[in-house]
Amino acid sequence: MIYAVAVFAPLFGSLVSGLLGRAIGDRAAEAVSILCMLVAAVLGPLACFQLVSGEADAGSVYLANWIEAGRFHVTWQLRYDTLSAAMVAMVTFVSMLIHVYSIGYMAHDAYPHYRFFSYLSLFTFSMLMLVTADNLLQLFFGWEGVGLCSYLLIGYWYDRPSANAAAIKAFIVNRIGDLAFAVGVALVFFKFGSIEFSTIFPAIPQHQADTYSVLGGTFPAFEVIGVLLFIGAMGKSAQIGLHVWLPDAMEGPTPVSALIHAATMVTAGVFLVARMSPLYEFAPFALGMVTFIGATTALFAATIGCAQNDIKRVIAYSTCSQLGYMFTAAGVGAFQVSIFHLMTHAFFKALLFLSAGSVIHAMSDEQDMRKMGGLGRMIPWTCTVMWIGSLALSGIPPFAGYYSKDAIIAASFASGTGIGMYGFVCTVLAAFLTAFYSWRLLIMTFHGKPRADHHVLEHVHESPWVMIGPLLVLALGALIAGKLLDPWFIGEDWQAFWNGSIFNAPNNHVLAALESVPPWAELAPLVMGLAGIALAYLMYMVFPLLPMRLATQFRGIYLFLLNKWYFDELYDAIFVRPAIRLARTLWQTGDATLIDGVPNGLAELTVDGSRQAVKIQTGSLAVYAFVMLIGVVLLVGIFLVSR
Amino acid sequence: MNAAGFPILSLITWLPLVGCLIIMSVRGDEATVASNARWTALWTSLIVLVLSFVLWVKFDPGEPGFQFIEEIPWLPEYGVGYKMGVDGISVMFVLLSTLLTPICVLASWDSITRFVREYMMTFLLLETMMVGMFSALDFVVFYVFFEGVLIPMFVIIGVWGGPRRVYSAFKFFLYTFTGSVLMLLALLAMWFQAGTTDIPTLLRTPMPVGMQNWLFLAFFASFAVKVPMWPVHTWLPDAHVEAPTAGSVILAGVLLKMGGYGFLRFSVPMLPQASAHFAPLIYTLSVVAVIYTSLVALAQEDMKKLIAYSSVAHMGVVTIGIFTFNVQGIQGAMFQMLSHGIVSAALFLVVGVVYDRMHTREIARYGGLADRMPLYALTFMIFTLASCGLPGTSGFVGEFLVIVGALQVNFWLALLGAMGMILGVAYMLYLYRRVIFGRLTKPDLLSILDLSPREIAVFVPLILITLWMGIAPTSFSSFWDASVASMVQQHAAAVTSAAKLAEAR
Repeated sequence: MIYAVAVFAPLFGSLVSGLLGRAIGDRAAEAVSILCMLVAAVLGPLACFQLVSGEADAGSVYLANWIEAGRFHVTWQLRYDTLSAAMVAMVTFVSMLIHVYSIGYMAHDAYPHYRFFSYLSLFTFSMLMLVTADNLLQLFFGWEGVGLCSYLLIGYWYDRPSANAAAIKAFIVNRIGDLAFAVGVALVFFKFGSIEFSTIFPAIPQHQADTYSVLGGTFPAFEVIGVLLFIGAMGKSAQIGLHVWLPDAMEGPTPVSALIHAATMVTAGVFLVARMSPLYEFAPFALGMVTFIGATTALFAATIGCAQNDIKRVIAYSTCSQLGYMFTAAGVGAFQVSIFHLMTHAFFKALLFLSAGSVIHAMSDEQDMRKMGGLGRMIPWTCTVMWIGSLALSGIPPFAGYYSKDAIIAASFASGTGIGMYGFVCTVLAAFLTAFYSWRLLIMTFHGKPRADHHVLEHVHESPWVMIGPLLVLALGALIAGKLLDPWFIGEDWQAFWNGSIFNAPNNHVLAALESVPPWAELAPLVMGLAGIALAYLMYMVFPLLPMRLATQFRGIYLFLLNKWYFDELYDAIFVRPAIRLARTLWQTGDATLIDGVPNGLAELTVDGSRQAVKIQTGSLAVYAFVMLIGVVLLVGIFLVSR
Repeated sequence: MNAAGFPILSLITWLPLVGCLIIMSVRGDEATVASNARWTALWTSLIVLVLSFVLWVKFDPGEPGFQFIEEIPWLPEYGVGYKMGVDGISVMFVLLSTLLTPICVLASWDSITRFVREYMMTFLLLETMMVGMFSALDFVVFYVFFEGVLIPMFVIIGVWGGPRRVYSAFKFFLYTFTGSVLMLLALLAMWFQAGTTDIPTLLRTPMPVGMQNWLFLAFFASFAVKVPMWPVHTWLPDAHVEAPTAGSVILAGVLLKMGGYGFLRFSVPMLPQASAHFAPLIYTLSVVAVIYTSLVALAQEDMKKLIAYSSVAHMGVVTIGIFTFNVQGIQGAMFQMLSHGIVSAALFLVVGVVYDRMHTREIARYGGLADRMPLYALTFMIFTLASCGLPGTSGFVGEFLVIVGALQVNFWLALLGAMGMILGVAYMLYLYRRVIFGRLTKPDLLSILDLSPREIAVFVPLILITLWMGIAPTSFSSFWDASVASMVQQHAAAVTSAAKLAEAR
């Protein structure tokens, strides 16, 4: 019961503030949505705690029937197991903090605020529906819901063309993944006759030998399903190829970026893979693909992060990269580890984004790090929490990221497969880059000489307490969440904790093998992280002219990274512009000329024909009589011949 | 007699004509006549709507066959009679027609100023024809209504339409009429074969396989134009652009469904082997329709034309669903038709709102309306999302069920048929962005007014139905569940028995 309240409270808040916002005013709308979020943030973790402590039993909360069509039967139902409950606890808690922070951040915004809070709460609700889904279609409901809310929030400042473009881009790129997802769900139904988790998971052993023919070959059905669902996850979780929307998504207000990158939306793909672990465990090829794409993204996004100058963009690429880590772990069968990293990441990524917001707030909406520097003494709280966030992100002990990230790298090593080794190499290299760009960001923003002009510097001020408060809570999370959750999520108690909500195949011992990783592999990420920090310190603190010289020396590489591997330009050239050209051609040539040419041509023929026919009627009796005579002669002739 | 206790279908069918007669008898100066005509039309259509709720309540969803049957002998020696009745498939279309008519009357309240009396009479006549068409159980009666729908629609476009109304009206009429003539031939052929035009009897009379293909093509000519399927779709954008708002609403909401209904009522159950034979052709045309017209929609500069093209794409999904011959596909097609009936009708009304204010449908003339028209922006957004098939709105259920149905036939059919998921988002959000978002810079838009109470009264029921259909679709699909299940069963039985026969030979 409290579980259902925790899920629906944000919806209630969203509806009240959205529909009645204009009537009751901004203050009241804010109050209602925050109150609802508080209720959710108390009940959500409580429900999770009850489940873990054994006070409540796992099960599901039935709400209503949804779709029925023959054997196709779907219900509205809230699944209550450790995986869902843990996600609910995290989403409600982090989202509540972001709501509170938004009061301060949006206080000076020109638009009425009720709309913003309504969208935020709706976003949270959609994510909650996604993680509590008991079937693939309800999951898809939440899946599309977060897509919609991200569209609404990225385009929140609707008078900015760039925000509108980014919003549409986010929705469309997401939809490309969703298409594969939808077909994947249809395939699950085709093979299992159901899309309810409680029906398909127990049936998996019976269907192991199923095959499906596509692309001219016959493949195990689980592999096809796994790949299709993972393409959906790639869209939502911004993996390489379908990542292009995420960096642009920072066009929205900063709390939105925090929500998208930490609590809701992008983690959905990782969640999906963990949720479908019973199926993925029997789809080795699909899992290999998960690790390959994840590890590649981890490294690729980290390289881009090193060259960006926009403070939010750096953090955005860091999200991309960290999501790659999570997929790497999931792909080697360590689903628990990937969810662990998802949790700790939620804390420190929300922290990083919100503190970046605090910096932007202090800098009168300046986002370019080249115009910052030396802010540490002016906004000490923000500087401190951002340090904590960066330490957690870089995996420095005893901060949260150390536990989860190390476990991912160890897991990919421990898996012992070739693809696992690929994951190991990529993630270790990415760990170096992560530490590098994090400290690059810290130094360019908070240390060294101020590079802003004095107008801006005069106005630099620490944010109000309503913003600092949530930052401190998140910082505490980034500090202790790893140590605290480690024994539950991946430590000795993991089997009791997860209680079967994540499935590991009988031959999957990767979690046990985590302990027996050789010391050098265990230490590698930490050493690489420290090296990254040292390099950033050298380049940006000791020899501040060095980066510029390197950029001119290796101009090609620099531009390649600065322009994000030219993905946007590539897609524009091979998809967007040809599609628009094709659209025009089909319309002007296909429809207007070719297809309409037939009826219009027939009409013209008819008109012409009748014009010609009209000419025969000359009115001259002599002509008529003559024609008649010819007719008679012909008729008589035919009569005579045929007789 | 029937579950309602009185001839309800005939009453719903003919009552609008009574309203017509009343409007015709009104005398007085022009303003009085206009106002009387509006109110009479509104009340008549509302009474019809309330009456049709009796169908909703009394309909027995467990019964797959026809209900509320009425029969009067007409030409008994030729097997022709006046017979009415509905099953789970047609009852929803009757309700859709009776729901949209009062909305059309309301939507035309202020925007029609010329020949108001005649306009209202035409709409009531149109309602009679539509309801009669969906509830006719005799082929001749069906044909009369099917053709009868053309006349009021032709007049609506031709008289109250835009600048190119005559071209469009003729194009509309000739396209649809050409197809119908072929259907008449098929009708005669079937009558010779079965000796009756009674639809329930025809449904039980197997047609010779050799004849089925010809009959199918004749029907196809008629229904494909109505749907419309690619490449006979070009009459639709023209008709929509020129038609007045309410005309577009009926055109998109109900008239397009006549094609889908025809496939479901005649082609699939009466000609099972030919349907199975021609299914690949239908799949191809439908997939082309989805991708081609979605792309064309992307390039449009006229709001109504854009939505018209999106209709063709959405109806492509319907035809895929129907010809999958499985429960999910056909149910999805049914749902998609109903959903499209509500959503595209609403989208044309949405365009009508700004057209009434600015008298232009050109997208470039708008921009930044969200500032001045927040309620309008919200309404537009809801229907945009429903058109994109967002889960939780009506558009999703049908589209997804069709994907499920199509996958059971072929992977590529499902994947390509679902391309509308991506392209639909692209053209709808692009439209929305250009009209609603952006900075409000055009001076004539500064004083534009938000929705009036009358317009809110038009949109609220449509929004509620859209969400209701999305969240609790079973309250609608339960009506046709049994009918569709039995149709699928019979189709499968007919196809296998034919295959066995062929083997035996």
